[in-house]
Amino acid sequence: MAHIQIQQLRVSYGSLPVLNDINLEIPDRQIVAIIGPSGCGKTTLLKSMNRLLDLNEDVSVTGSILLDGVNIYDPAMDVTCLRKRVGFLPQRPYPLPMSIFENVAFGPRIHGLSVLSAGGGGKQAEKSLVEHYLRLAGLWDEVKDRLDEPAAKLSIGQQQRLALARVLSIEPEVILADEPTSALDPVSAKLVETQFKLLKENYTIILVTHILRQARRLADYIVFLYMGDLIEHKPAAVFFSAPDDEKTKAYISGEIS
Amino acid sequence: MNPKRNREEKLFRILMVAALVLVFASLAGIILVVAMKGLASLNLSMIIETPKGGYYLGKEGGIANAIVGSLYLVTGATILAFLISLPVALALQKEYIGRRAAAITRLVLDILWGTPSIVYGAFGFVIMVYLGIRASLLGGIIVLTLLMIPIMARAMDEAVRLVPFELKEMAYAMGATRVETTLAVVFRQALPGICTGVILAFGRGIGDAASILFTAGYTDEIPTSLMDPVASLPLAVFFQAGTPVPEVQARAFAAALILLAIVIIVNLIARLLGWRFSKHIVR
Ligand SMILES: Nc1ncnc2c1ncn2[C@@H]1O[C@H](COP(=O)(O)OP(=O)(O)OP(=O)(O)O)[C@@H](O)[C@H]1O
Ligand SMILES: [Mg+2]
Repeated sequence: MAHIQIQQLRVSYGSLPVLNDINLEIPDRQIVAIIGPSGCGKTTLLKSMNRLLDLNEDVSVTGSILLDGVNIYDPAMDVTCLRKRVGFLPQRPYPLPMSIFENVAFGPRIHGLSVLSAGGGGKQAEKSLVEHYLRLAGLWDEVKDRLDEPAAKLSIGQQQRLALARVLSIEPEVILADEPTSALDPVSAKLVETQFKLLKENYTIILVTHILRQARRLADYIVFLYMGDLIEHKPAAVFFSAPDDEKTKAYISGEIS
Repeated sequence: MNPKRNREEKLFRILMVAALVLVFASLAGIILVVAMKGLASLNLSMIIETPKGGYYLGKEGGIANAIVGSLYLVTGATILAFLISLPVALALQKEYIGRRAAAITRLVLDILWGTPSIVYGAFGFVIMVYLGIRASLLGGIIVLTLLMIPIMARAMDEAVRLVPFELKEMAYAMGATRVETTLAVVFRQALPGICTGVILAFGRGIGDAASILFTAGYTDEIPTSLMDPVASLPLAVFFQAGTPVPEVQARAFAAALILLAIVIIVNLIARLLGWRFSKHIVR
């Protein structure tokens, strides 16, 4: 179980500051929801935690994020290892251009995980791995007879659960999810939410959402951002019943959105 | 709908239909004319025999030297150009050489693309004279390769550029390296476009006469080594069409017909492959 501590994090795109001096300790084995109005920096904060931000050319990051006490922005950090430990579920579930099976097998292959698993590797071990993660993501029954079909043929809701299976397949310790249900119909969204509740036993889940009701339903801990500032963060029950900041109150009551 | 918008709609439809008709008509016209003029002289010996009487002037034998020569030349050049163009196209991604260097590289490729093939031929000839190499299959392949690289690399580059960034981000987010992302995601997603690039370059290569005029040389024989001179279909058309003898001129059209047939067949095969490769594409 990895522990995340964010210290004096500042992020800017070019000359545009997006996150100002964020200090935050993420509680383990909980669902943490990052909420706030559109454009306040939720996605940016999320992507800073597995250095996906690095893919933007003109981004600059200062401060540090400690993963089990080690600064992930240390130049010596192996980014591929980091991203294996801190998985990412995107807003739109792009499947990889390969079969359903290969989508789930991709992660274990690049990280050499199927070799380590029971049975000592080989096709059979890979098959059982893929089945295991598709079951975890609640997708197995729907796809077990069409594993060789292109993943792009799945419905959006199925693709999002495939993306979940893919994240789980690299055996991360933390899962970052960026509005994972925003592209989904209510039924698929419910399925994904249910998976999250089951998964929090073993993972720290950090979820961006702009649906307050979803945050209430799912989250144990709330982080509220407003225009790049960390306004308030506390256990969900306290956050919703006794917010401190005026902005938080306004946001919860729907006056700002 | 008001009359103005209606007219606009109609005008555009007419324009588009006319343009489309022109495209189809030009292919049909070319095939028709070449077939009419060449079909009479086209027979099996045309395809399987080498020319009798030297320089295609004997009105006898065939153009097997040119058919095989062209296939040798263009196969060799396509393979070499592919081996160079693919890394170039993949390197043009921003995570490799960055936007500025990519823009400069694209400019260089586009200028090379626009350079007339006779210039490639002259350039190749000068270099070969300097190195003391005779006009040969090897010389022709190298010059054709140079001619094909810009078109192949740029077409592949456009295909690679169309790969959604979010797709690559997905692979990176799972801890894939640049190479893993490029091979497993970018290459697969861009594969149909990469095929198109190969075909475009193939088409330019097999039809080009000027670049190999001085560099591949001429022979009535089928080459047996890379250092032998080699005949080619476009030059067979060119030489035969340039003679005053009507029978030889008709054989030029037969040669053109064979060239056309090769281009059509290769395009159809490529379409088939591209269609199969697009199975996993994410839209
Ligand atoms: N690649 C980028 N280049 C420049 N500016 C960016 C980039 N990505 C985001 N921004 C800007 O940074 C700010 C924060 O963006 P971010 O995507 O983190 O917001 P968000 O809270 O996730 O918003 P939303 O709820 O709409 O997804 C916005 O003002 C946005 O315009
Ligand atoms: Mg966002």
